[in-house]
Amino acid sequence: MSQQLLADFAAQIVSGDIRVVDLTHTLDPDFPVIILPPEFGQCARFRMEEISAYDHRGPAWKWNNISMSEHTGTHFDAPSHWVSGRDLPNNSVDSIPPENFIGAVVVIDCSEGTAANDDYELTPEIIQEWEAIHGKIPKGSWVLMRTDWSKRSGAEYLNMKDDGPHSPGPTPDGIRFLIDQRDIRGFGTECVGTDAGQGANHTPPYPAHFFLHGAGKYGLQCLANLDQLPSTGAVLFAAPLKIKNGTGSPLRILAMVPGDNS
Amino acid sequence: MTTPLTPPPKKNPQKRTIAPTRPSEARSRAAMGLSAAAAEGRFALQRCAECDTLQYPPRDVCSACLSPDLSWKDISPEGEILAETTIHAVSKLYFRERVPWRIGTVQLDAGPVVICHLHGDCERNSRVTLINRLDRSGQGVLMALPKEGSLNMEDDPQLRAMTSDPKHRRILITDARNTNTPALARSLLDAGAATVFIGEAENWRPNPMRDELNKMANVHIFPLDVTDTSSVQELAAEIGGKTDIMINNASFIRPGGVLARGDTGFARDEIEVNYLGLMRLAQAFGPGMCSRTADGVNSAVAWVNIFSVYALSNDPEFGCFSASNAAARSLSQNMRADFRSSGLRVMNVYTGPTDDDWHQLVPPPKVAPIALARSVVQGLKDGLEETYCGDVAKDLYQRFQNNPNVLERELTQGGDGP
Repeated sequence: MSQQLLADFAAQIVSGDIRVVDLTHTLDPDFPVIILPPEFGQCARFRMEEISAYDHRGPAWKWNNISMSEHTGTHFDAPSHWVSGRDLPNNSVDSIPPENFIGAVVVIDCSEGTAANDDYELTPEIIQEWEAIHGKIPKGSWVLMRTDWSKRSGAEYLNMKDDGPHSPGPTPDGIRFLIDQRDIRGFGTECVGTDAGQGANHTPPYPAHFFLHGAGKYGLQCLANLDQLPSTGAVLFAAPLKIKNGTGSPLRILAMVPGDNS
Repeated sequence: MTTPLTPPPKKNPQKRTIAPTRPSEARSRAAMGLSAAAAEGRFALQRCAECDTLQYPPRDVCSACLSPDLSWKDISPEGEILAETTIHAVSKLYFRERVPWRIGTVQLDAGPVVICHLHGDCERNSRVTLINRLDRSGQGVLMALPKEGSLNMEDDPQLRAMTSDPKHRRILITDARNTNTPALARSLLDAGAATVFIGEAENWRPNPMRDELNKMANVHIFPLDVTDTSSVQELAAEIGGKTDIMINNASFIRPGGVLARGDTGFARDEIEVNYLGLMRLAQAFGPGMCSRTADGVNSAVAWVNIFSVYALSNDPEFGCFSASNAAARSLSQNMRADFRSSGLRVMNVYTGPTDDDWHQLVPPPKVAPIALARSVVQGLKDGLEETYCGDVAKDLYQRFQNNPNVLERELTQGGDGP
């Protein structure tokens, strides 16, 4: 049965009945990273240094050394990223069971709200309104918050002001609803973090990080192309690098969606 | 008076860029002392410790008593021209391309008669002030200036050939986020710089300095991140061919030493910016600048590094930052060696604690941005290789020269224990 399913799956990717959508930003030295007060340690930017390029340093080959943080670019947050998840079992990227990297995904479209309000927040009410149309969020799903933030670039992306960044995210109640009432697998956003730009001012501070990782759930951030996903019915493939005791990892995130031929 | 330099015409793209030539570099070890003094803009001659006789030219033993105990002392630069001549024909390429060239002999008030270059405004048999300057081969030479100065004195072609004057030149300041950048840009423009290019890293986050810089005429801001090789290479491709003076003020600083920090995070950033950043800039901009050191009025002329004076000896409060500056200082010596044959000059400006957020807990005196800018501009005008900005830096350098081991102990000793 499953053998046939996998064969059909592979065939439908070839035929276009299943379309693969890349939710990943290019790793680019200029891509914004989260900014913390300067006395704190900072997230390393993506960097690339050429080792050789078919030249005297290596005549027939080209390769680069790269460096970055676990939390640079489109990336995965493991539970050990936050203090609330520090003592959970299997809380680092190398110990998470691999089946957790593939799963159903629902997309809550907040793009209308975020177009009008940089500090737009996802509340339980908004989630329930969404469910009234699309059905209850299945247990174990990824939930992605579509804000169209990925279409912003430069200073507009972090949207940093004197009182910190302004970008959308969930309220404490919003994220708790997804965890406590719907038992999701994880939560993903197009912004630089799963929390709203002003998330530090919530109680607790950074509620998405605090509650998600405290409950052993995962985070995805700096996502792109969420406007190409259906509200329900897609499958997400999001496997972080297997970094020993890693708290997260840049990764290639792919969504499989019903294609035009289906 | 000197005929004032006019802004150079736009470059004729059909003409070959003149390749750099140099005056003679060979010197005896003793004569290197004159160059070392010139690097700091000091007028110095050897004085015999036994009989006090001033020596000229530099030598290994006293011309009066044969004592080998000669040390370099700053002396009065005043004197009077004895004889002068103007050279019109010479085989050495560097001078052949620059004749007519005035030289003469000057009777120093301090005693010796010296042979020197003569500024165009020096009258026959007049009183003069001597300066000891680096020529384009990086060696100290003496030059007589009119004692009372003269109009547009700095535009004299012989003098300009020794200096790194910013007038009519195009200057790149590498870090638009440094709090000293507005003062640097304004001071250089006031000194006659034609254009100031400014590099700005990470334009995706606010830069509080940007508005002020944008308001200045002839200032252009470009993306530049010295920690990103591709960004440095891109800017060099864009403006490397018209960068006449490089001022690298990119700096990463955090307080703390080895044990206070407990990790290598900030140290890595310090090395990335303060050391590897300088190397990336040198590799991207150095070759182009070296090829343009004879390119007319706005030839490439100088590379300026701004270092903490604790590059000389570690300040444990900023122990890791000091170490990164020591690495960068060593690299600057390597750059000097590499640039030497082109005549491109590397000037290191050493500063004491600067008046900024990271030195909030350091007691005054602290170096204000405008003070640093003044040191940079004056250093360029004097064609220096080494200059010290502020009382702390000057004092520390003095102590470093007296005895680096004593200085190290003074800087690293702890308080009295229990």
